[in-house]
Amino acid sequence: MSDAAVLNLILFLPLLGTGLLVAAPAGEPGFVRRLALVVMIVQFVLAAWLYARFDSTRAGLQFETRLPWIAQWGVYYQIGLDGYNVLLVMLTAFLGPLVVAGAFTAIAKDEKLFYAMVFLVQFAMLGTFVAQDLFLFYFFWETMLIPMFLLIGIWGGERRIYATLKFVLYTAFGSILMLAAVIYLVWSLQNTTGITSFAFSDLVKSRLPLDAQSLLLAAFALSFAIKVPMVPLHTWLPDAHVEAPTTGSVILAGVMLKMGTYGFMKLGFPLFPDATQLYTPLLMALAVLSIVYGACLALVQDDIKKIIAYSSISHLGYVMLGLLSLDLVGIQGAIIQMVSHGLVAGGLFLMVGMIYERCHTRELRAYGGLARLLPVYSVFFMILTLASVGLPTTSGFTGEFLVLLGAFRAAWPLHTTGDDLPLVLAVVAVAGVVLGALYMLRFALAFLYGAPRAPHQPFADLDRREKSILGLIVAAVFALGLFPDEPIGKTELAAKSYRQLVTASRLPGDSR
Amino acid sequence: MLTAIVLLPLLGFVLNGVLATRLGGNRFGPRFVSAAGCGLPIASFLLVVKAVLELRAGGWAPLVETVYRWALIGDNSFEIAFYFDRLSAVMALVVTGVGSVIHVYSIGYMKDDEGYGRFFAYLNLFLFFMLLLVLGRSLLVLFVGWEGVGLASYLLIGFWFHDLANARAGKKAFVTNRIGDAGFLLGMFVLFQAFGTLDMDRIGAAFAGPALPAVSASLVGVLLFIGATGKSAQIPLHVWLPDAMAGPTPVSALIHAATMVTAGVYLVARMSAVYLHAPEASALIAVVGVATAFFAATIAVVQTDIKKVLAYSTISQLGFMFLALGVGAYGVAIFHLVTHAFFKACLFLGAGSVIHALGGEQDVRRMGGLARRIPLTFWSFAIATAAIAGIPPLAGFFSKDGILWYAFASTRGGSPLLWLVAAATALMTAFYMFRLLWLTFFGRSRMTPEVEHHVHESPSSMTGVLLLLAALSALGGFIAVPHFLEAQLPLPPVDEHLHAYETPLLAVSVALALAGLAAAAWLFGGPAERAERLRARFAGPHRWLSSKYFVDELYERCLDKPLVWISDRIFLRFGDRTLIDGTLHALAAIARGSAAVFGRLQTGSLHLYAWFVLLGIVGALLWSWRHV
Amino acid sequence: MDRTQLLIGVAVTLFSLGLVGVIVRRHVLVMLMCMELMLNGVNLSLVTFAQQTSTTVGAVLVFLIFVVATVEIALAIPIVLLLVRTKRTLDLGAYSELKG
Repeated sequence: MSDAAVLNLILFLPLLGTGLLVAAPAGEPGFVRRLALVVMIVQFVLAAWLYARFDSTRAGLQFETRLPWIAQWGVYYQIGLDGYNVLLVMLTAFLGPLVVAGAFTAIAKDEKLFYAMVFLVQFAMLGTFVAQDLFLFYFFWETMLIPMFLLIGIWGGERRIYATLKFVLYTAFGSILMLAAVIYLVWSLQNTTGITSFAFSDLVKSRLPLDAQSLLLAAFALSFAIKVPMVPLHTWLPDAHVEAPTTGSVILAGVMLKMGTYGFMKLGFPLFPDATQLYTPLLMALAVLSIVYGACLALVQDDIKKIIAYSSISHLGYVMLGLLSLDLVGIQGAIIQMVSHGLVAGGLFLMVGMIYERCHTRELRAYGGLARLLPVYSVFFMILTLASVGLPTTSGFTGEFLVLLGAFRAAWPLHTTGDDLPLVLAVVAVAGVVLGALYMLRFALAFLYGAPRAPHQPFADLDRREKSILGLIVAAVFALGLFPDEPIGKTELAAKSYRQLVTASRLPGDSR
Repeated sequence: MLTAIVLLPLLGFVLNGVLATRLGGNRFGPRFVSAAGCGLPIASFLLVVKAVLELRAGGWAPLVETVYRWALIGDNSFEIAFYFDRLSAVMALVVTGVGSVIHVYSIGYMKDDEGYGRFFAYLNLFLFFMLLLVLGRSLLVLFVGWEGVGLASYLLIGFWFHDLANARAGKKAFVTNRIGDAGFLLGMFVLFQAFGTLDMDRIGAAFAGPALPAVSASLVGVLLFIGATGKSAQIPLHVWLPDAMAGPTPVSALIHAATMVTAGVYLVARMSAVYLHAPEASALIAVVGVATAFFAATIAVVQTDIKKVLAYSTISQLGFMFLALGVGAYGVAIFHLVTHAFFKACLFLGAGSVIHALGGEQDVRRMGGLARRIPLTFWSFAIATAAIAGIPPLAGFFSKDGILWYAFASTRGGSPLLWLVAAATALMTAFYMFRLLWLTFFGRSRMTPEVEHHVHESPSSMTGVLLLLAALSALGGFIAVPHFLEAQLPLPPVDEHLHAYETPLLAVSVALALAGLAAAAWLFGGPAERAERLRARFAGPHRWLSSKYFVDELYERCLDKPLVWISDRIFLRFGDRTLIDGTLHALAAIARGSAAVFGRLQTGSLHLYAWFVLLGIVGALLWSWRHV
Repeated sequence: MDRTQLLIGVAVTLFSLGLVGVIVRRHVLVMLMCMELMLNGVNLSLVTFAQQTSTTVGAVLVFLIFVVATVEIALAIPIVLLLVRTKRTLDLGAYSELKG
C-alpha cells in the first residue's frame, strides 16, 4: 500500500470505526470498548509508521493525495504531511488510544454513541491537520463542532448545556467570519491571476493590499484566537473543561486547542504576511497577556479542572509568543510546546478524571495528603506537574526554554534600534515561569501533602490500565525533554518555510 | 568516564526509587538501600579521583566529554557535554566526597524512618543533578542541574509531608529559587544572542581574548548573579533557607550547607572571565555578599533553634564567599566553599546527632550539659565551631582570613569599609557559634526529664562521619586550594601600599575570633541571668532580630497578598466574569431580547396576518408602479 | 361610461367588498363567502377582458378559477368543520395557536 494511501487510511479509520460501532451488537459494552481501542491502536501504529518514514530533508508535502472534488470552484481533496503537521498528527494518533482507554470506567450510558462521537472528533481533528485545501480545511474545522457539542452536552456535568452552547456558538461565530474571508481570498486570487483554487499552495502566492490583508487576518485570527484560546477570547475554555467528561477534556486540551495554533502557523500568518508584521506587537502583547493572565487566574481557582484549564491558556501563550517571534529557535520551540502541552495537559486531565471517578468532587479543598493515600498516583501527578512547570528533562522545559530564547533573541536587536516593546514582553514572559511554579505547586501542595483527606475512601491506587496510560504519557514527556533532536529535525524545513513566508512582503505591485 | 560519574547516582535514584519504595512494592529492604544508596555515590567519588589523576597526567588540560546532541536548530547546536578542569575537580571532589559521607551518616539517622528508600532515592537524585551542575560544559546543562537540585531540595525539604508546614517550606524554596532562575535565564539569553553558544569555556575564552565582545558584561553579570542570589540565599532571596530546616538534618547538611547553596558561588567563579570585565556587577556582588553576611549574622545571634542558627550562619558564610567573588578573589571564595563544606556539614550533622540523642529536641533553651554525655558529638562540634569562628590553625581561619585580606586590599573593589563590615561579621560569627556550643553542651542541663533519660551517643555510622568531618575542618586549611586554582582563577592584584597591613589584619582576625569566644563564654558560660539581663536591656532590637527583621511578613504583605488579590478580584471577578463573560452574556441577552420582541409579531391572529399580506401587496404594487 | 367600464367597475366593487369582508369580518364562514366574492369579482373582470380581445384565453381562465374555487370550498368547509369541533366557535379570534 502506498504511503499516501496509508495517510488516507489513517484519516478515515475513525469514520470506519464509527460504522463498525453502529453495526456492533448493542448491550455489550466490553466489545464496544475493545473495538474502539483496537481501531485507535491501529491508527496509531499506522501513524507511527508514516512518522518513521517521514523524510526530514525534503521540503514540501509528503504522502500527498490530490483528487478533484468540486473542480469548477478549484476545490480539491488534497491532504499530505509536512513539517507543519507531522508532529501534531502523531500527537493526535498517540492520544487516541489513551483517550479511549481512559474512558472505559468513566462512561456508563450510551457507550456506542460516545465512542462514535470520539471517533468523529478524531476524524475532524486529523482532517484539519492534514488538509491542504482551504475548503477541505474549513469542512473539517466545522465537522469537529457537532460531535464535541454532543460529547459535552450529553455526558457532561451540571452546567453542561451552558458550557457546550458557549463553546459551539463562540467557535462558530469565529468560523463564519473565517469562511467569508476564505471566499474573499479565493475570489481575489481569481480576479488578479485568473486561477480559481482553494489550495493553500496557490493562495499563499496571492497579493493583497494592506487593508484587505488586515481585515482578512482579523477574520482568520478571530477564529483561531478563539480556539487557542487567547485572552480575552478565552472564557469558553474553563466552562467547557469543567463541564465536559474527562474524555472531552483530554481531547480538548490534548489536541483541539492546537488546531488554533496550527491555524495561525499554517494559514493565518503565512497568508497575510504584511498584516502580520504590522500587528505583531499587538498579537505578541496578547500572547504575553495570556501567559500572565492565565497563570494568575490559575492561582486562585478551587476547581482542579479550572486550574489546568487556565494553565492551558498560559502554556499556549508561550506557543503564540514563539510563533510571533519569527526566530527559528522560537518557532521550533513553539511547535515542541504544542506537542508538550498536549501530552502534559492531556495527562493531567486524565489524572483528574481518575481521582474524580474515586471521589466525585473537583473541589481542591476536599483533598489532602494524597501522597499517602495514593502513592503511585502521586508520583505520576508530580511528574506531570513538574513538566507543566517546565522542569528540565521534561518536554515542558524544551518548549518553554526554546520559545523564550527565541523571543529574546529576536527582541534584542530591535531593542538596540529603539523598539523596546518586544524585549519588555520577552522579559515579562520569562517572569511568567515564576507564576507557573506558584500555581502548580499550590495545586500540588493542597492535593498531595498534609493530612490525608478525601471523600469516599477507601479507594484503590492506580490499576494496570491507568498506570499504562500515564506511563506512556510520562515516557513521551521525558523523551521529548531529553531527546528533542529528532522531532525538531522533522519540523525544521517547515519552520524555515514559515519564517520565510511571514517575513516576506506580498503587497500588489511588489517585485518579490 | 565523566558521564559515568554523573550517571551512577542516577542509577541509585532509579533503583532505590522504584524497588525500595511503595511504588515498586517494597521489593528490597533497608540493607539494599544503604548499599546502593551509599555505594554508588562512593563509586562516583572514586571515579572523580581517577578523573583528577587523569587531568594531572594530561598537564591539567581540561577533559571534555560530549554525550549527545540535544537539539540542532539552524546553525545552533545544543549539546549535552561535560567539562573537567581544576575548578570542576575541586567542586566534584567536594560534592561526591562530602556527599558520600553524608549518605553514610543518613544510614544511622534515617534508620527508623518508613520512607528510608525514598530518602536515599531523593538524595541520589540530588547528587545526580548536582554533578550535572558542576560538570556541565554549557550553561544549558548547568541549568538542568540547577533546576534539578531545586527539585531535589523541594522533595527533601517536604520529606515528612504529612505536616503541611514542611511541604510549604519546600514550595517556598522552589518558588524563591525560580525568581532567581528568571534572572539566570535572561543572562543566558543575552549570552546566547551574543555568542550563539552556551558553552562556558567558549564564552570565557571570548571574554579573555584580545577583543572585548560587544555585549554588556555587567548586564550578564548582574543577571547571572540574580540567579545565584536565589540559589545561594543572598538578600533578598534568602528567605527560603531558614524554612528549609524543616527537612531531615542530613538534607540540611548536604543541600543547604555543603553543596546546592554553593552553586551560585560556583556559577560566578566559573564565569569569572565575564566578571573580570564587569566592575559594576562585581561591586554589586561584593556589597550584597557582605550585607547578607552581616544581616544574617545579626539574626543568628538570637536564634534558639539549633538548626536555625546554623541556617543563618550558612547564609552569612555564603555572603562571605560572594564578597570574595566580588573583589576578584575567585580562588579564595572556592577555598572558603571547601572549608565551609567541611565544618558546616560537620556542624549540621553534629546538630543532627544532638537532635537524635535528645529524641527530637531542637530548642537550645532545653539543652545543656551534653558535653560529657555525648563526647564524640561534642568534640566534633567543638572543632567545627572553632573552625568556623576562624581560630587558627583550623580550616576556617585560612579561608576567612583570605577573604578578609582581599576585601581590604584587592585592587578590584577591595576597600576598608568592606573589610570593616566583614570583620564585624566575623566577630559575630565567633560569638554566636560559641554561644551555640555553650548553650547546647555546657552548663547545667535544662532538658526535660524524659529527654534526659533518653540521651545516648549516636551509632558509629554517624559519629564516624562526624569525626572525619571534624578532622577535615581542622586540617582542611592546609589544602592550598587558591594556589591550586591560581592557574585558572588568578588571585587579584593587591595594592602595594597596603602590604604592610597584612600581618596586622591577620592578628585582628585572630583577636576577633578569640573575642567572640570570650564574650560567648562569659555571657553563656556563667549564670543564666547574665544573658537574660542583656536581653531585657535590649528587648526591642532583640524582637527585631528574632523575627528576622520581619522580612517574611513584608514579602507576604507586599507580594503574596497583592498577587492573589489582583488575580482574584481584578482578573477573575472583574476581568473574566464581569467584563468578558458579562459582554458575552449581554450579547446573548440582546439576541434573546430581540427575539422576544420580534416574536410578538406572531400573534396567532389570522386577521393580522392578512393585514400584513395586504400591506405587502400594496407596497409591492406601489413600488412597481413607481419604477415601471 | 361605456359598457366595459361599467362591468370593470362592478368587478372591482365585488372584489373590494370581498376584500373588506375578509379583513373586517370575524365569522369564519362569512370570510369564506367573501373570499368567493373576491374570486367572482376577478372572474367578471376576466370575462369582460376576454370579450374585448375575442380570444378564448380569458374564458378558459374563468373555468379554471371555477374549478379551483370549488375544490377550495370542498376542502375548506370540512377543515372548518373539524376546527369548529374542537373550539366550538366560528369566531376567528379563537384560533391563535400560531401565536408566539
